[in-house]
Amino acid sequence: MRSYLWYLARRFGQFVLVVFVGINIVFFVTHATPIDPVEQAISSATQFGQSDPRAVEIMRKALRELYGLDGSIWQQYLTFWRRLATGDFGPSLSAFPTSVSTLIGQALPWTAGLLSTSTLVAWCVGNFMGGLAGYYRKNRLLKGLGIVATGLQPIPSYIMSLVVLILFGYLWPILPISGGVEMNIHPGFTFSFLGSVAAHSLLPVLSLALITIGAWFVGMRSLVSNIVAEDYVVYAELAGVDRHKILTSYVMRNALAPQLTGLALSLGGIFNGAIITEVVFGYPGLGTLLVRGVNSGDYSLVLGIASISIIAVATAVFAIDLLYPLLDPRVKVR
Amino acid sequence: MEEAALSVQNLRAYYVTGHFGMQREVRAVDDVSLSVRKNEIYGIAGESSCGKSTFIKTVAAAIRPPLRVLGGSIKYSFLDRDLYDLDERKLADIRWNHLSFIPQGSMNVLNPVRRIRESFQDFAFPHMGLGRSEFFDVVNRHLERLQLSPSILSAFPHELSGGMRQRVAIALATVCRPEFIIADEPTTALDVVVQKDVLALILETQREIGSSMIFVTHDLTVHANISNRLGIMYAGRLIEEGPTREIFHDPLHPYSRHLVASLPRIGDLTPKIALTGAPPNLAQPPSGCRFHPRCPLATDLCRQASPELTTLSSGRRVACYAVASAPATRPMTNDRMTNDKFKSF
Amino acid sequence: MLKVLRDLFRHNREFAAGSILVLIVLGIVVASFFSPYPPLDSYVVPPDIPPSWDHLLGTNSRGQDVFWQVAVAMRNSLLFGISVALISRVIALVIGLVSGYVGGMVDRVLMSINDTFVVIPLFPILTLFYFMMHDHMSWVVLAVAMASLGWPYDARLIRSIALSLRNREFTTQSIFSGMSTRQILMEEHLPYVLPIVFSTTLNNINWSIGLEVTLSVIGLTNIETPTIGTMIYWANQHTAMVAGIWWWVLAPVATVIMMFIGLFLLSVSMNEFIDPRTRLARMGA
Ligand SMILES: Nc1ncnc2c1ncn2[C@@H]1O[C@H](COP(=O)(O)OP(=O)(O)O)[C@@H](O)[C@H]1O
Ligand code: SF4
Ligand SMILES: [Mg+2]
Repeated sequence: MRSYLWYLARRFGQFVLVVFVGINIVFFVTHATPIDPVEQAISSATQFGQSDPRAVEIMRKALRELYGLDGSIWQQYLTFWRRLATGDFGPSLSAFPTSVSTLIGQALPWTAGLLSTSTLVAWCVGNFMGGLAGYYRKNRLLKGLGIVATGLQPIPSYIMSLVVLILFGYLWPILPISGGVEMNIHPGFTFSFLGSVAAHSLLPVLSLALITIGAWFVGMRSLVSNIVAEDYVVYAELAGVDRHKILTSYVMRNALAPQLTGLALSLGGIFNGAIITEVVFGYPGLGTLLVRGVNSGDYSLVLGIASISIIAVATAVFAIDLLYPLLDPRVKVR
Repeated sequence: MEEAALSVQNLRAYYVTGHFGMQREVRAVDDVSLSVRKNEIYGIAGESSCGKSTFIKTVAAAIRPPLRVLGGSIKYSFLDRDLYDLDERKLADIRWNHLSFIPQGSMNVLNPVRRIRESFQDFAFPHMGLGRSEFFDVVNRHLERLQLSPSILSAFPHELSGGMRQRVAIALATVCRPEFIIADEPTTALDVVVQKDVLALILETQREIGSSMIFVTHDLTVHANISNRLGIMYAGRLIEEGPTREIFHDPLHPYSRHLVASLPRIGDLTPKIALTGAPPNLAQPPSGCRFHPRCPLATDLCRQASPELTTLSSGRRVACYAVASAPATRPMTNDRMTNDKFKSF
Repeated sequence: MLKVLRDLFRHNREFAAGSILVLIVLGIVVASFFSPYPPLDSYVVPPDIPPSWDHLLGTNSRGQDVFWQVAVAMRNSLLFGISVALISRVIALVIGLVSGYVGGMVDRVLMSINDTFVVIPLFPILTLFYFMMHDHMSWVVLAVAMASLGWPYDARLIRSIALSLRNREFTTQSIFSGMSTRQILMEEHLPYVLPIVFSTTLNNINWSIGLEVTLSVIGLTNIETPTIGTMIYWANQHTAMVAGIWWWVLAPVATVIMMFIGLFLLSVSMNEFIDPRTRLARMGA
């Protein structure tokens, strides 16, 4: 038990480190770069027609405070952390006076749903099929799937989404290719609402799953083909232990822990993929909101999404770390 | 004479590999014949990578690519036909009930994510034909006999010490009371004190069940304590065989002589003569007697022809031209074939 | 070396397929130097012509020949990918070798940082970066930014190899013969890790090109530089798919997919060639 707590403490330390480093990178990017968001906002506000220099000065002062860019760099740094801790990124400029936190709060569930569904599907299916392919190396069908998986693996998310969009949006238009739900349906636990949500999520989920499924398949296949040579598998086969039991409880079961670690390590990349896919399909999650923020010059919104993304991914990784001991009992002594 | 528990004839097992168009053959077991009597512990000795484990895998029907059996026969007394004439199902039936295996490296033979109880269930339950609670009664009694606390059943392998795990592996291999037990270096990874306990345990179990056994280790002192008869392998061949005591007392083959002479003995101050050269590469074994490049007694004959394992009047067997009482030589046909193959290399 | 390549080509299907794909793309890239039209000029050919003999991949709505656009764009994208890969290789090598060789506390600290960088989602950060750069964004700046974020996976890989080298005999020998740490790393360990570094380079090129495409398509890079990403960006701006100018989108997508799969297959076959375990598995199969 002691060692289990020790494991948890270490993983929590890593969580803190990810948040700390990530947020510092964000702060660094906002402060070591040539553009001053305040001036940017002012120049786009005063783009058309001249304006009173006094009014501009008032606006500048207001924006400085709004953006937390008052005072010395250290004061700004502290303000930045304080705002993060309270989850207060101020109002969004493009959706004034709605606060950035509200916008993010509305978008986050969509992203989380998309991400978790597609990851779960891809991880389970990819690992299962890859495990079979590693165990039954001579099976024709599985070999063929292996080739497909190898081909899918290097395709980046944008290209994959685009291909899926072209296939199902233009060549064989059977599914909605844009948005999160039908415009004129009332939200609620009704059949038509949930059905519409599901239909709209199909293509994004499909392309997201396709992006990662190849990597899980190929990774699992090579893990399994090493595990089948492990002494405990050879020994079980020697003892005439039931084949199915060997495949599931001996071979695949032992590959799951490293694959779960793999999942934790690639979560950042998967998150990138998710928000990119959202942009392609106009899905109402963080990705679409992020691009909207960029295009409308909404500094607080972009900053807020970048910060929340880091915290969200770090939290998800920590959650996976909590699950890990379920798959690998040895963690408790390490 | 009584029927042998196991009789192996002219067994050949090679690792055949092809990679990027290159074929390679490692002749890890090359023409080995021996038989194991009932109730006997037959020891196999020889330095590392001489083919002991390969031999074991072959007689245990644990062949997987790249290892292939190219010839020979393996007959167990409890089987009506050759081991390799059995189908998967029949093979699964005899495993653990009749034939079981104590593997090398207690560290790695137990599934790390499964509790010991589940391992017993996976390995032995299907063979015993008992109800669940009866089955665990048998397991508990067996564990107690081996002086293991039944509480280890709920442990994971990593929670046990190395010696403990090896004991569990022995318990696991013997719980079905098999007629034939194969043990591959079961004590090699253990420290000396634990080693002694584990040996005693194996010996006791074998006596109690009344099974026959092949016991492999490179460690001759272990053989001195456990094996009734001893076979010595060199480079994929059996080069000498006889009662353990006689081999220790009077080794005949130059290689056995070297092995026995290099054993530590209390009060022995004679300098040990190191063997020159390294064991041969089994992908390209030397012509003739495979020991000739390192043998102080080698002659031209040894370089050309391979000495057959010959039974002496004492009943011992040895494969060496220089052993005085050996009858006239006659190179075996399939050896000549091997030699010809070499010339074309 | 040549013999190894020939044997690989004959006996390793991944290698053969990968090199054919990469060679095709490289052929297109080399062709870009002979482009009859300056890449940035528009309305040099009649717009919106489907693929034909005169215009192999058709022309786009900006009056450009799609084939020559693809050639130039692929050249730039590849150059970009290679730059990012090379810069980040330096970081990955230094961190990986030092971490693996020095070990102990240094290793633990470096690997914690490493794992941190693995987890942090880059896309929002790069977006923010663009937001704070706008017109100051050039592909060199982007390459440096991506390289300084894209090293950690491979640093870990290199570290694990360096770790295994540390305990080998020749390392001990070098220490006794008085070589400095830097010398040991550069002269003894580097040659061992180079093959794996090469194979990670191929994957990193893929990663960089992929991310560049994504950023460009959304308009978060300098859209005036022709790359695969900006090409798709302009196609989207002209709603090419809706307008039925499918070749404008399909040509760059197909080319870059060939590149992705080709480089990936090459790295897979390299890994297989290096790794004795997969080699054994292959022998067994
Ligand atoms: N999977 C394999 N592929 C190719 N050669 C092997 C394989 N396993 C063992 N060998 C070779 O077979 C020979 C005999 O090995 P082994 O039977 O394990 O020896 P021992 O048990 O006596 O140490 C050695 O030369 C070894 O290198
Ligand atoms: S046959 Fe010849 S080479 Fe072989 S052991 Fe006997 S004397 Fe030595
Ligand atoms: Mg062995």
